[in-house]
Amino acid sequence: MKHTEKDRPARETRLEKALTPKRSRLEEFWVLFRKNRLAIAGLIIFILFFATALAGLFLTSGQNPVFDPAQIRLQEKLRPPMARANLDSLHPAEVPRLGIYIFGTDDLGRDVFARMLQGSWVSLTVGFVAVGISVFIGIFMGGIAGYFGQVLLKIDHILVSGLMVAGIAFMVTDWVLPGILLFILTAVLILYTVRLKNIAKNHARPAEFSFLEINAFSVDTLIMRIVDIMICFPSFFLILTVVALLPASIYNIMIVIGLTSWMGATRFVRAEFLSLREQDFVAAARALGVGNLRIIFRHMMPNAIAPVLVSATIGIASAILTEAGLSFLGFGVPPPHATWGNIISDGKRFIFDAPWLTFIPGISILIVVLSFNLFGEGLRDALNPKLRERH
Amino acid sequence: MEYNDHPLISVQDLKIYFQGDFETARAVDGVSFEVRPEEMVCLVGESGCGKTVTALSLLGLISIPPGRIGGGKILFKGENLLDLSESDFQKIRGNHIAMVFQEPLTSLNPVFTIEDQIGEAIKIHKHIDGEPLRERCIQLLQDVGIPSAADRLNDYPHQLSGGQRQRVMIAMALACDPELIIADEPTTALDVTVQAQILLLFRSLQKKRAMSVLYITHDLGVVANIAHRVYVMYAGVIVEHGKTGHIFGKAQHPYTQGLLASLPTRSKRGKRLYSIPGSVPNPALKPTGCPFHPRCPYAIEHCRSQFPELCDYGDGHLARCPVLFRHKQETG
Repeated sequence: MKHTEKDRPARETRLEKALTPKRSRLEEFWVLFRKNRLAIAGLIIFILFFATALAGLFLTSGQNPVFDPAQIRLQEKLRPPMARANLDSLHPAEVPRLGIYIFGTDDLGRDVFARMLQGSWVSLTVGFVAVGISVFIGIFMGGIAGYFGQVLLKIDHILVSGLMVAGIAFMVTDWVLPGILLFILTAVLILYTVRLKNIAKNHARPAEFSFLEINAFSVDTLIMRIVDIMICFPSFFLILTVVALLPASIYNIMIVIGLTSWMGATRFVRAEFLSLREQDFVAAARALGVGNLRIIFRHMMPNAIAPVLVSATIGIASAILTEAGLSFLGFGVPPPHATWGNIISDGKRFIFDAPWLTFIPGISILIVVLSFNLFGEGLRDALNPKLRERH
Repeated sequence: MEYNDHPLISVQDLKIYFQGDFETARAVDGVSFEVRPEEMVCLVGESGCGKTVTALSLLGLISIPPGRIGGGKILFKGENLLDLSESDFQKIRGNHIAMVFQEPLTSLNPVFTIEDQIGEAIKIHKHIDGEPLRERCIQLLQDVGIPSAADRLNDYPHQLSGGQRQRVMIAMALACDPELIIADEPTTALDVTVQAQILLLFRSLQKKRAMSVLYITHDLGVVANIAHRVYVMYAGVIVEHGKTGHIFGKAQHPYTQGLLASLPTRSKRGKRLYSIPGSVPNPALKPTGCPFHPRCPYAIEHCRSQFPELCDYGDGHLARCPVLFRHKQETG
């Protein structure tokens, strides 16, 4: 036997080298993705958009920007696209950089091209930050619901977390001191019970408190019902309300969009986790002494991330749309700053005289959103092994 | 062969129940066994008799609920594992007791390289990282007989064959030099030639590393090849145990006899193979008395009502069938 064991390597290596496909998952993915022309088109537009937005950030900001989106030239208002600047009536500093208005000018004579550039950065950051927030919350909530879902919450858990929320609520309103006190008190209470449970596993509560041990509902029920409730809200109007109450700022909009769009990601992650949890490799990891958090984030998350990424790319598109919608209604980014939505909004009064004011940003939004959707669908097809056979 | 008599792990009257909506499944119903240092012990039984549940309980991997420990003790080096907190148990898993699973295809995480997976347990328990970790992984892969181990480290599971994956699983289990390895039917999913290789590997590793192995299988042919001692399990109870020679030479329980009779051997060539009538009872609806009596050719009225005791045949050979025991005593 020893002899054969020694022989094996040389004999098998050649064979195995010939037999095993030397393609990593990334290469495999790329081969599949490349076949989908629409997705490639989406990816290219996505990269162009990214580059434009980044360039826009640098070209339209600073003391003396290359393209000045705020430069008002009343004598040059509502010029059509590609119109030459009238050099006679303009101060040399007011002349647009290329001598022409690439996308025309608006009713104040501002260069629409410069404004579009500035707006593209807003769209990009809103899309990415909002989706980043929603994916983060989604993964966290979905992960807990999927992995710890079967854990039953007892009455005492609910009471304690209720107290804690009340503490936080006090803190943000007028009663700061009682809030902090309540918060610290509940934290101490939690630590104390956890310690007690570690010391004596079967410590009994006095009989009159036994109702605290009643199982109320599972973690999964709690999280998924919150998701259901959130989905029931007409989220655009929720966003409108919140934005109307908060000071108008781009960051508030990102956060609000993020906070109202995490439910899809939660459902995806939960569904993935429910099936992954029963997989042998998770049991194998547990058998090796890997802790729960490490199993969730290291072993299960990479396996569950594909559908989340797909929904995230599509989510970026809808976040861009939502921001444009908000800006159009006047609840978005405050006026001097241009976004694609408020360019359309400003232009709608002149839609028959100066259609470029609405059409150019409108079509830009259409193209970007479409490209994100196509890219997202291409991702999904290439990452989903069940759809692979079609190719 | 001489063994150290002090057991490494000793399971005493372990009971594991699963709570259904209408009934309780008594998957493991009072199992006692022990594994001594440097010993290869086989746990044999049909599908559904509680082997895997027993194995998982040794690592605290039974999910509670729906599972429930109905009683008993698992003493590992004198310490009852059932009393340990989850974080203490984590220090035992992989470090002192490791497990090799049945399906090498699904037991490896598809998104990590071999090195990541073997190295993980070492990182967690031994806090080794970087180049020493890599060397250790290569060494482990060589130990389990994977050719050109250094090249294989960056491979993903899907690039390996079934046998190689099972070798990687074994390397993962060996990573922290555990005292006990539980192998839960590690050859079931493999084809016959690879099975033989993996069995030989287990035997040589067990000798070389002086560790104990609890090998769970339904294949008596495997048992004869590798085990020092054998426990035969039926419907959540141990029905017979003894040294391998005892079990194969003079089995004393009708179930073991039936299993042996249904093995294909050269002398039975061309003849119809024996099969035990019926099937393993549903763990929720077990018969009263001896769990085997509905299928037993020797069953008498007494077997219906009385749960059989273990009868001692001497030299560590025990069987849970008083009928045959009495018969043997009467006939001398």
